Amino acid sequence: MSEEVKAPKKEKIPRQKMPEQPANVRRHNFEEVPNGYTPELAMKEAERCIQCKDPRCRQGCPVEVEIPAFIAKIKEGDFEGAIRKIWEKNALPAVCGRVCPQEVQCEGMCIMGKKDAPVAIGNLERFAADQQRKHGRDILPPKAAPTGKKVAVVGSGPSGLTVAGDLILKGHDVTVFEALHLPGGVLIYGIPEFRLPKEIVASECHYLERLGGKIEVNSVIGRSETVDELLEHFDVVYLGVGAGLPVFLKIPGEHFIGVYSANEYLTRSNLMKAYDFPNYDTPIVKGKNVATFGGGNVAMDSARTALRLGAEHSYIIYRRSRDELPARGAEVHHAEEEGVEFLFLSNPLRFLGDDATGRLTGVECLKMELGEPDASGRRRPVPIPGSEFQVKIDTAVIAIGAGSNPLLTKSTPGLDLNKWGYIVADPKTGKTMKPRVWAGGDIVTGSATVILAMGAGRLASNSIHDYLTMGW
Amino acid sequence: MFEIVERQEMAQGTIISNWIKAPKIAAKAKPGQFVILRANDKGERIPLTMADSDPAKGLINIIYMVVGKSTALFKTLQVGQFYQDVIGPLGQPTHLDKVGKVICVGGGTGIAVMHPIARGLKQAGNFVYSVIGSRSKDLLIMEERMKAASDELMICTDDGTYGHHGFVTDKLRETLEKHKDIALAVCIGPVPMMKFCCKVTKEFGVKTLVSLNPIMVDGTGMCGCCRVKIGGQMKFACVDGPEFDGHQVDWDELNLRLRSYLVEEKVSYDQFKAGHGSGKCSCGS
Repeated sequence: MSEEVKAPKKEKIPRQKMPEQPANVRRHNFEEVPNGYTPELAMKEAERCIQCKDPRCRQGCPVEVEIPAFIAKIKEGDFEGAIRKIWEKNALPAVCGRVCPQEVQCEGMCIMGKKDAPVAIGNLERFAADQQRKHGRDILPPKAAPTGKKVAVVGSGPSGLTVAGDLILKGHDVTVFEALHLPGGVLIYGIPEFRLPKEIVASECHYLERLGGKIEVNSVIGRSETVDELLEHFDVVYLGVGAGLPVFLKIPGEHFIGVYSANEYLTRSNLMKAYDFPNYDTPIVKGKNVATFGGGNVAMDSARTALRLGAEHSYIIYRRSRDELPARGAEVHHAEEEGVEFLFLSNPLRFLGDDATGRLTGVECLKMELGEPDASGRRRPVPIPGSEFQVKIDTAVIAIGAGSNPLLTKSTPGLDLNKWGYIVADPKTGKTMKPRVWAGGDIVTGSATVILAMGAGRLASNSIHDYLTMGW
Repeated sequence: MFEIVERQEMAQGTIISNWIKAPKIAAKAKPGQFVILRANDKGERIPLTMADSDPAKGLINIIYMVVGKSTALFKTLQVGQFYQDVIGPLGQPTHLDKVGKVICVGGGTGIAVMHPIARGLKQAGNFVYSVIGSRSKDLLIMEERMKAASDELMICTDDGTYGHHGFVTDKLRETLEKHKDIALAVCIGPVPMMKFCCKVTKEFGVKTLVSLNPIMVDGTGMCGCCRVKIGGQMKFACVDGPEFDGHQVDWDELNLRLRSYLVEEKVSYDQFKAGHGSGKCSCGS
């Protein structure tokens, strides 16, 4: 390994910030918020890493990227070396550098964070990937000799792409099946352009194809082909189909025009590019007063999308308080900066609409207060009787999670499902009860994050490789 | 890319039939199921229930009415040209059980959707009465194919230019009165037609299937756009349907949600017509 560097005695370098678009400008456009490091900034930030002998950051990474090693390469100015190091463990670095919750993973473990700010590992990973994509030579990581084994990956979201990337490098013949017309799953339909440009998702998928993987879009496994039919042609099937069915609030008035699930709202805007209507054919209600219900990352994405679609007021209505928001701190901060208005401790009771036009006109909510902690450890919101109030809105986005999609599971005999309809799989290997079938990501855990789905993909790909090469 | 191998204009060019090369879909397609089509990179995802399929030749048949920008764009596609995306088969297939006597009612392009269902019910050993209707004779489609798929075919036109002068509900009522042993009705067409057919069959206590056409985006159960209320419960037409018990459907809600984008649809269609007429558009025709 490279030289052992003690904590620098020279002038202390502060954590380098990524330049970003000012909030009052970016709230009106769909371009990416942070612009990324320049090579100078990246090398300066890389100097802050003290190259621990027993790096804690790696333990915090679900796919175990060799973090100090790639940072050392950036410090030396060997950007190609850095991306090669990352590729050994991660096929989607441009995505991870942007959407991973680093503050609770690698950066949360970084020793520098004890006294100072942690090394900006996410920003550096993003830099290495962007540098390679924009300026790098046409290189690929080394690949094992072909094994002759065939693997079908169902779903091209983060877990599926991780499994595909891992197994292609190990010499297996991998085909990824995607139901939509573009690959990427939630990376393409869910996460907005301003947080993850679609060109980057396309480029990461193209990278897998250059490695020799095949991606078949417009393939709805469970309908166009069943899992049992895939098993006739493939040695192994991996199911990474995501969660699916959106959950609604189950309150009166959800049929009014202007009420969306977050999945629909984001799919229209991201996948179908409805923000560019009528240049693109798919429309979306461009509300002036938009309320998003929920407090996770998807809610932040929806509320910020609403601003960019021209909303004068974009509210987030959440039944607990700011402290309980499940979204990443950085996302909440970005939303606040851009002018998203938070209505905490508020629970929706019913939507109001104009019966003649069918359009949404408002929502009636009830004030809440925090009571005793519930099973999740968070203080439970309790209604305050008589505290009803109305908010005038023309668009509502419901971002309170997703249930399991029955389309694939119902057509696949032999899979064990839990009471929520998710696939039961061994948490260490991703093996399901059905022989030669593995599963991971949201269809196993319920709605979670990109990197957790990738971590599940990594465990499954290790297990699949063992099965294909050693037979168990 | 999915090639159009046969194309026919029907009903004075207002309704188009395409046979599309899609072997994987054709191998699996069953009556009552739909596909989602997209003409090009900027296109909408449009759900259409299949009118027929030919697994041996690897073809599927869609029949659609030109009602807006997307279907107008579809209409420009000629034999040898391609749909960028065709996805399917989607939705639950019709249960084609033998129940005895059935009546199949189709209106407008609903006749195309009805056709494979009527044929399937006949093949399953049922006696099939069919009623098909349109505004006038020129707009009636698939008379011959429906005749072959039925044991008895009745035709209605709103203006009396062909067959019975009146709505399909007239013939539906007459037939149900005459044949008390009809065990099942299948009604497919515009929302008002299905709604009124269901009123009639309810009077006679005859179980009725309808095929719903709400707006969809992904069509695979992910977005919830196609939610409909069935017996007071929220269902997704793309994975739970598109067929439902007609007596349980909240028709007013469906009708309301179908009007979600009337303004945008007009903007889009007007722009298309202006561009297409002036030769500035890039649709290639």
